[in-house]
Amino acid sequence: MTSRQITTEPPANTVGQDTVAVQAIRRQRLDGPVTGWRRLRLRLGTLGLVCVGILAVVVLTAVFAPYIAPYDPYVGSIVDRHLPPSLEHWFGTDQSGRDIFSRIVWGARTSLIGPTVVVLVAAVSASLLALTAVWFGGRVDAFIGRVLDVLFAFPNMLLAILAVAIFGPSLLTASIALAIGFTPYSARVIRSVALRERNLPYVSSAQLQGISGLVITGRHILPNVRTQIFTGMTINFGYAMIDLAALSFLGLGVQPPTPDWGLMVSNGQASLLQGYWEQSVFAGLAIVITVAALGYVGEQLGGRRAAGRTR
Amino acid sequence: MLYVLKRLVALALVLLVSSFIVFSGMYLAPGSPEQFLVQGRTVSPEVLDAIRAQYGLDDPFLVRYWNWLIDVLHGDFGRSLLTQQDVSTLIESRLPTTLFLAAYAAILIVLLGVGLGILAATRSGAFEKVVVFGSNLGFAVPTFFAALVLMALFGANLGWFPVSGSGEGFADRVWHLTLPAIALAFPAIAVVARITRTAVREEQGSEHVVMAVARGVPKRIVLGRHTIRNSMLPVTTVIGTNIAGLLASAFVIEYAFTLDGIGSLLVNSVQKKDFAVVQAIALIMVLAFGLINLIVDLLYAVIDPRVRLAREVSA
Repeated sequence: MTSRQITTEPPANTVGQDTVAVQAIRRQRLDGPVTGWRRLRLRLGTLGLVCVGILAVVVLTAVFAPYIAPYDPYVGSIVDRHLPPSLEHWFGTDQSGRDIFSRIVWGARTSLIGPTVVVLVAAVSASLLALTAVWFGGRVDAFIGRVLDVLFAFPNMLLAILAVAIFGPSLLTASIALAIGFTPYSARVIRSVALRERNLPYVSSAQLQGISGLVITGRHILPNVRTQIFTGMTINFGYAMIDLAALSFLGLGVQPPTPDWGLMVSNGQASLLQGYWEQSVFAGLAIVITVAALGYVGEQLGGRRAAGRTR
Repeated sequence: MLYVLKRLVALALVLLVSSFIVFSGMYLAPGSPEQFLVQGRTVSPEVLDAIRAQYGLDDPFLVRYWNWLIDVLHGDFGRSLLTQQDVSTLIESRLPTTLFLAAYAAILIVLLGVGLGILAATRSGAFEKVVVFGSNLGFAVPTFFAALVLMALFGANLGWFPVSGSGEGFADRVWHLTLPAIALAFPAIAVVARITRTAVREEQGSEHVVMAVARGVPKRIVLGRHTIRNSMLPVTTVIGTNIAGLLASAFVIEYAFTLDGIGSLLVNSVQKKDFAVVQAIALIMVLAFGLINLIVDLLYAVIDPRVRLAREVSA
């Protein structure tokens, strides 16, 4: 049983902080920053390309929602309540007689905008904090470290819920709060990579030439940590989507009647228990497929650990 | 020991800062508490003044924070604005459900996650493929979606399990909380199973295992003593972060199954702007989150002597 694996598996490498899982991925695939399309394609593999395709479809659906959706997502007629899937209504209709397929198509918009805000804000704030900490080092580094420690103490969802409690339920509030919650995870990773970069000779020689810290950080260090930033964004996007959907499910995120996948799962709860499964299941599947595709792409690009997460 | 003490002090400091953040956040929230208390009725300014004096709303911000903090340290979280109940007793009555649910889910994560991972690593074929596929997809399933699907399948259709309430007594509790715990544990099981499988596979190729096999050590012992034990290091971390995360995701599940835990209490209090309760639960969650993370780090040092050494050197 074991003999075959012994010959196929190279000996374990215990150097570095990466989990064994990521080490395995690293050894199989090209290491170093992803540059160029061929390299990217190689890393993704066939399944990865399929996932990228799925994601492209989701994004295009969101962009061209008005042209794709066959019905108005807000208008339904009471007569058409709970219709099963048919040629007219591909995914059936919901409790108010609205076309579920149209609502999922439109819901792609709200479901993508929230996580986009989250990853952008998180990436910017994490990079700023990490690069500042690395460049100045010493006390600044220690102070930023303490700030991150406090942020680490709050579970992300708790932070989002508190923000909603204070500022009232809205997608933007929830997104920004989640972004703050995601920041320490990305910042920790970016900091460790940037620190390695900071200690390389080219940085000190640039410094000797009198180039300002801002320029060195922005033009030299930042581009060298971009892999970590992008991987973090990919992985965070999936988590953000799940968390925001959960907030909408609790009634603390997107408000009805806006079409949103998380909200649709929640709206379908009563119908689901009565046997009308369409709304919750299709909306839930939309989330699962999108997040799974994102997760796989992120994994291929750099590994979960690269996003600072072990979840 | 010194390390544990240091970590505890750090945790206390973080809690202090968190309490300040939480309190000032609630203070900054638009809408004043006395307006909330009179609920839109027109009352004379005298009554408003009386209310303000009763709740100490006229004191400066820092004084209010200090008073609140001292009360909290005495275990007094104030009264719920909504029900006038004592917040501490309210939380005390809700806590058992949440703890039971989280513990149940944690057991499921350890048993099923590690179990499936090891099984998938030690045998190849259809079973392994199913586990790998399931764990790749499973982490993407939001807990509330898993909850609804389980509810519809095993609750509404098959009628095996109740879809709401948390039950009385141990056996009834287990019965009531089975579906919620599975839903809560599901994404974590997927992640743990995957990491376990990779870690065990990795360890099977390591030199000491090859050596043990070559010496003719029985398979069972090679697997138990050499392979699994060594591969548990990354698994512990993942299990730890996932169990700590359970607390925060529990409120979604509690809400879905209408369980009377602190999570659903938090969500309801947020919806009704009952800030005394929100503050208290937020602090308790931060405390629990910090404690679990600390325990995980300590466990890590217990399992891996190298971690202990590294810390002593760096400390």
